[in-house]
Amino acid sequence: MKSAVIVFPGSNCDRDMAVALERATGRRPAMVWHKDAALPPGLDLVALPGGFSFGDYLRCGAIAARSPIMRAVADFAARGGHVLGVCNGFQVLIEAGLLPGALMRNAGLKFVCRDVALNVVTADSPFTRGYEAGARIVIPVAHHDGCYVAPPETLARLRDEDRIAFAYAPGDNPNGSAEDIAGILSANRRTLGMMPHPERANDPLLGGTDGAALFEGLAGALMDA
Amino acid sequence: MRARVHITLKSGVLDPQGEAIRHALGALGFDGVERVRQGKVIELELADADPEAARARVREMCEKLLANTVIENYQIEIL
Repeated sequence: MKSAVIVFPGSNCDRDMAVALERATGRRPAMVWHKDAALPPGLDLVALPGGFSFGDYLRCGAIAARSPIMRAVADFAARGGHVLGVCNGFQVLIEAGLLPGALMRNAGLKFVCRDVALNVVTADSPFTRGYEAGARIVIPVAHHDGCYVAPPETLARLRDEDRIAFAYAPGDNPNGSAEDIAGILSANRRTLGMMPHPERANDPLLGGTDGAALFEGLAGALMDA
Repeated sequence: MRARVHITLKSGVLDPQGEAIRHALGALGFDGVERVRQGKVIELELADADPEAARARVREMCEKLLANTVIENYQIEIL
């Protein structure tokens, strides 16, 4: 499985993401600068890492979503490529229109950096196939703007199409997201955006390993393909 | 030519920052502030000569970048 991690000015989880992908796939991902206009050939996965791209100016992810590489990422997704966006990467995917809705300032107005309990809502995706549907996992969040909002019809569609991948466990919603949404899938289930950081729960030394199944499941799905 | 863009949250969208401002105003003794909605103003210096063409271009800028139309409305002033 061949992967790439996009690096924006202000990305700060790009190397953590690369370590997680290399551990699961045995191959070091290509690190691709945002000003590049093309992705390396033959990719199976593009990952958009966490961080504070462009200093969160205008809106989180807004400037990064209009950078040259994002046209190539949108084309890659349109051709059926797999795309993973974590935290700021999720914000970039939303701003780029690759996932619906919007991510707003946390309802409590504070930056929240802590472990949260998540429910795996669906195992029916390349990203969540390594989990049992309904499993309770613990993965850290670290964000200021993670409150997911969308029009009621969008929320209904996400629910009806089984596109909510992860939800904060009842009572553990750190940001006020609608329907406790922590991560959502695209209509073809090949793009996942999520606020929690699975790459930070990928080794016992990091305090948890509940994120590892995401990368291992993804590697398995894309190697089988 | 200058353009000024006012970006505000759509009416149904919760505004926790506006709510925090309202609380702070109350703490300062400003009674009777029933609602606060915050937004942003962006000023653009444009080379355009024709106000209507400028307005159309700024509208396109709003749709493509300046506003997130899922949650925000925008108003354009040509000055």
